[in-house]
Amino acid sequence: MIYYTAAIGLIIIGLYIVLTKRNLIKVIIGLDLFETGIFILLVCAGYIKGGTAPIFSKAKVNPSMMVDPVPQALVLTAIVIGVATLALALSLAIRLYHHYGTLDLRKIKELKW
Amino acid sequence: MRKIISLVLLAILLTGIIFCLGKIPFGNTQSKVRRYYVNNGIKDTGATNIVTSVVLNYRGLDTLGEVTILFIAAIGLSAVLHWEEKRQKKQGRRSSLILYTGCRFLFPLIMLFGAYIFIHGHLTPGGGFQGGAIIASGFLLTMLGCWKWQGVNKIAFKVTESIAGIIFVVVGLLGLLYSGYFLANYLPKGLPNQLFSAGIIPIIYVAIGFKVGTELSGVLDNLIEEP
Repeated sequence: MIYYTAAIGLIIIGLYIVLTKRNLIKVIIGLDLFETGIFILLVCAGYIKGGTAPIFSKAKVNPSMMVDPVPQALVLTAIVIGVATLALALSLAIRLYHHYGTLDLRKIKELKW
Repeated sequence: MRKIISLVLLAILLTGIIFCLGKIPFGNTQSKVRRYYVNNGIKDTGATNIVTSVVLNYRGLDTLGEVTILFIAAIGLSAVLHWEEKRQKKQGRRSSLILYTGCRFLFPLIMLFGAYIFIHGHLTPGGGFQGGAIIASGFLLTMLGCWKWQGVNKIAFKVTESIAGIIFVVVGLLGLLYSGYFLANYLPKGLPNQLFSAGIIPIIYVAIGFKVGTELSGVLDNLIEEP
């Protein structure tokens, strides 16, 4: 249960940052927190109490105690995509800073919020 | 005012999420897909790491799409950042001898560790993406710590990246040729827990390791070069 709490807490904190902060870098950090919360939520969905990692090493492991590998594979995919989109967002922030000389969203004229 | 509206919105969202998740039992997933993968994973693919067999064998096409997304994001980043003319490189302070020696000592070890992670992706935790990220962190270390560093060789990086991507697609197409569907595991599976096992999975993971490593290093290089 505490895992769900952490995941939902991260999601809510990230969304709050996205909604209220005015600095573009902070908004990007908020998006990243949001994303991390979703990863934890997805991994939690496949958890089994007292389960092991889904890897057959030399020691005898019980297949019925392995956690779900599907959300883990999904999150592996999602982390890589998250890194890629984060880098793209940061590059756009760099370009905006060069163009407007500020990262404050109120001063960037085409963005009203 | 905006903070109050946001808090109200988030409270509505929170109650919705809690009502939804309260219905899901925590800690005993009963998914049939999980049972199938865990019980038949080794027999089907030969890889002892079930996550790897899901990523590269059962759902290999998704991974191809993911690699494509990474590629497109890297291209978009360099396109966005190369728009303006490059200023001359800033003359940073020379790093101290201790830092420089430490970088030179650590760089090959980090490369070795990254290569270990992606070569053993089908046996132990880890894989191409993780190993690629470790390799990119090694390049980041040299970019930050070595004052003689002149930036990475961009053309070599692009060539490595393209060859790795082509290897992935060609291995998948050979599966179409030999077994009748894309990314089929047509090579002998070997014994589990051996390095040369699991058919095409190690080949693809090594290709992904090279691709992710060079792509992330290229992204870091682009972000650092910008004054």
